[in-house]
Amino acid sequence: MPIINIVQAVNQALREEMRRDDRIIVLGEDVGKDGGVFRATEGLYNEFGENRVIDTPLAESGIIGTAIGMAVYGLNPVPEIQFLDFIYPAFDQIVTNLSKLRYRSGGQYSCHLVVRAPYGGGIKGGHYHSQSSEAYFCHTAGLKVVIPSTPYDTKGLLLSSLRDEDPVIFLEPKRIYRAVKGEVPDGEFTVPIGKARIAREGTDVSIFAYGAMLHVAMEGAELATKNGRQVEVVDLRTLVPLDIDAVLDSVRKTGRVIILHEAPKTGGFGAEIAALIAEKAIDYLKGPIIRVAGYDTPFPYTLEEQYMPNAQKVLNAINKIMQY
Amino acid sequence: MSSESQNILQVILSDGQPEESLDPKLSETELKRIYRAMTLTRAFDIKSLSLQRQGRIGFYAPAAGQEAAQIGSTCALREDDWVLPTYRDAGVAIFRGVPIPLLYAHLLGNSADIMKGRQMPNHWGYRETNFVSIAATIAAHLPVATGIAMGMKYRKEDKVVMALHGDGATSEGDFHSAYNFAGVFKAPVVFICENNGWAISLPSSKQTASHSFAEKAEAYGFGGVRVDGNDVLAVYKASKEAVDRARKGKGPSMVECITYRMGPHSTSDDPNRYRTKEEIEEWKRKDPIERFRSYLENRGIWTKDFGETVSKENDSLIVNSIKEEERVPRPEIRTMFEDVYAEMPWNLKEQMAYEEEEQRGYS
Repeated sequence: MPIINIVQAVNQALREEMRRDDRIIVLGEDVGKDGGVFRATEGLYNEFGENRVIDTPLAESGIIGTAIGMAVYGLNPVPEIQFLDFIYPAFDQIVTNLSKLRYRSGGQYSCHLVVRAPYGGGIKGGHYHSQSSEAYFCHTAGLKVVIPSTPYDTKGLLLSSLRDEDPVIFLEPKRIYRAVKGEVPDGEFTVPIGKARIAREGTDVSIFAYGAMLHVAMEGAELATKNGRQVEVVDLRTLVPLDIDAVLDSVRKTGRVIILHEAPKTGGFGAEIAALIAEKAIDYLKGPIIRVAGYDTPFPYTLEEQYMPNAQKVLNAINKIMQY
Repeated sequence: MSSESQNILQVILSDGQPEESLDPKLSETELKRIYRAMTLTRAFDIKSLSLQRQGRIGFYAPAAGQEAAQIGSTCALREDDWVLPTYRDAGVAIFRGVPIPLLYAHLLGNSADIMKGRQMPNHWGYRETNFVSIAATIAAHLPVATGIAMGMKYRKEDKVVMALHGDGATSEGDFHSAYNFAGVFKAPVVFICENNGWAISLPSSKQTASHSFAEKAEAYGFGGVRVDGNDVLAVYKASKEAVDRARKGKGPSMVECITYRMGPHSTSDDPNRYRTKEEIEEWKRKDPIERFRSYLENRGIWTKDFGETVSKENDSLIVNSIKEEERVPRPEIRTMFEDVYAEMPWNLKEQMAYEEEEQRGYS
């Protein structure tokens, strides 16, 4: 089976689905001739032409807003936001139109499209090329939020997203765009939205993670084996709708919970997971739920290594919770 | 902002006579249809305001004074064209064929409402006539309109999108995005700016330092024209030319209709705080319905009998619709949780069960 990286998996999913479905239109800044600043849309312009791979003016609200129009009209647009940090001018379009169109029209209209955006830190991007702002979208009813962590899941989840009936915010962990490689079959396969994956089985502690942090969780879990800890790592893959069964199953098994994300701690998605566990499985908990997260600061430049969770912080959290 | 009459298209002169060379010469049937829609919109408006004052509906944003702008523009569309109006555009809803009982079902938020009682009054949508449902956020529908037009162009269809917006909307970023994308991609979209003089309390002179709203379109590489927005034939003529251009692949246009919001911004607004009675009286004399009526009378189409018949038909349609719709029960609890997603996720199922349990406790 071919081994490819995450950015290639994005490209492959788009290319294959565009061949199958002429309703798919890619649009965004520099996605055409340039192939996108991360090369996720490389070659699509040459294969599908300027009417299907549209280089747009530099305006995120225009990109998402016009994509919504195309979707309302029955096309299947895939707008790219160059960095998730740039999505805020389009936030009104996402919250006002994209998320609510089905609901507000009483189901007369729907608005399926996939917003793709590279997100997250670890690339020396400072405030405006590093943010992990998934919680805003999780808090908006009507959106699905999907975050893959491997090339296989990237392709399978992107294909599922392209075929979904609801708007999907598809966040790509750019720190590992090229760093993580894996086997990905050519051709069609899907990974279902709303299903988590047990990335590593264990009985002592459950770590819930997604995106680039999944790999940090795996490293931390590996370090903990030296002390004989059996750490389970659950890759959430979809934040909305959350695979609550997978979360609770793991909690019931281990009774110890660490939630890992690089987004700021306060109001981050970890808070939601912690609350759900407290509501539904508190009897199984042997100790407090620990969040290992980014700090409640803007994303820093020089000190980003200190800001971001890493394997050592995860290991320390494991050791701490094992005292219970 | 300049209000000089030069370069402002007028067809019906103040005495009701047309400027012959400019008269679009609509058929008698079409003219009567426009008159019916304009008077029905006014009657609907008056009744809706009074329903709100009596506490029978929660809110209303009146259209009075803008019927010519709303109906003259929409009249230029074909049935398979699309329209994205604002919450003030009852005239568009009515002319576009949303049945009056459905409009009242929506104002009442009852279980017959197509929007299932989820939106506050005036936020209509009617897929059957390609009328996209409304968001209150000003100008947010404009990029969507451009996108629909881009979709039509991609599919090589000869359809057109019309998007209406007010003078206030021109200050929003989405106005810029929508106009800019429309210009760059030569999208078949027609923007109708209903410049009614006021964005709640802000006069249009403080909305922009531009000479006109129409000239903004020039900066996006397409034309904008100014018309007397209380002259339904002038609005129609300019809109029809714009729609025809878009249909022929010649790209977007903008029509600025200079008109006046005769009533409050909404039932929550008191315009006496920011504008004079003299101004309101002055515009009352320019009432678009009276203007069109005198034109029809001059053409021998409007007679006293015809006027009375239309008025009675309008009134009984409205009274009967309200009577009928006020009897329709509220939407069921489950409708609050449906249509958020195509398929209801576990958390909504859980919350729905919780709310239904709570309701059982109350009863």
